Amino acid sequence: MEDLSLHILDISQNSLRAGAKNIFIVIRDLPEPDLLEISVEDDGSGMDEELLSRVTDPFVTTRDTRSIGLGIPLLKMAAEMSGGRFNITSETGKGTKIVASFGRSHIDSPPLGDIAETVVTLIQGNPDVRFRYERCTEQGVFSLDTKELAEILQGVPLNEPEVLQWIREYLEDADADI
Amino acid sequence: MKKSIEELNAIRERMQQNIQVRTENADNTRVVVGMATCGIAAGARPVLTAIVDEVNRRKLKNVTVTQTGCIGVCRLEPIVEIYEPGKEKVTYVNMDENKARQVVSEHLVNQRVVDEYTIGAAK
Repeated sequence: MEDLSLHILDISQNSLRAGAKNIFIVIRDLPEPDLLEISVEDDGSGMDEELLSRVTDPFVTTRDTRSIGLGIPLLKMAAEMSGGRFNITSETGKGTKIVASFGRSHIDSPPLGDIAETVVTLIQGNPDVRFRYERCTEQGVFSLDTKELAEILQGVPLNEPEVLQWIREYLEDADADI
Repeated sequence: MKKSIEELNAIRERMQQNIQVRTENADNTRVVVGMATCGIAAGARPVLTAIVDEVNRRKLKNVTVTQTGCIGVCRLEPIVEIYEPGKEKVTYVNMDENKARQVVSEHLVNQRVVDEYTIGAAK
């Protein structure tokens, strides 16, 4: 994966496959120490302790088209290579939360990438899932919640092209601000 | 100009007046992009963005763009499948943004399969 926005897209696909109806994505700058933290939390089917203990192993997957799963191991490796940490918690029937941090000034720290495109891609493919995206920096907090957008849209689907275009530009504006 | 919530209200009003909101039905052509780890790492996200953009720009009706997980041939990702009613599925492999735009104009608009990008032509 070239950047963190692609990792976030990938990890969120796991949440979707686990049947999540609510997915919260947070990207947070932590000034002391110099870390960037991303987290993806869902209310999907979750995992039992046995699967959870093996899930960072690349030879574990729930998919049946191939017998290996690289998404979580790749994220863990990227975090640890940059001096950050990786943590996953999960409970059957409740959901899963993944938190990964990256040393921002570390030479192996991946760039954030196009987070607007990741959020728009998720909404395009899953207009009935609620996504909340939050970005916290020293300048402030920005958040976007598709539940609030759906209330404004009153039945117009979130994945109508014009709506997606608005969301993209809204996110890009916010990114320039904070 | 900054995007505002008021603009989203305006989009809603425009859409609600427009009866021709895209409907899902059996006559629709489905374009499916593989969006699992293998696809994403190989560049599926910009491929999807290009297809959505091109379908929208050309105002193609009866085309729905969706996403799926791993299609099973990871080394040929990004993969795009096109399902048209009454026709055999066409699988495009090793896609990129430009090829994706070309497939929309040739396959979806001009009804000509772009043979050189199909799985049959892949080594």
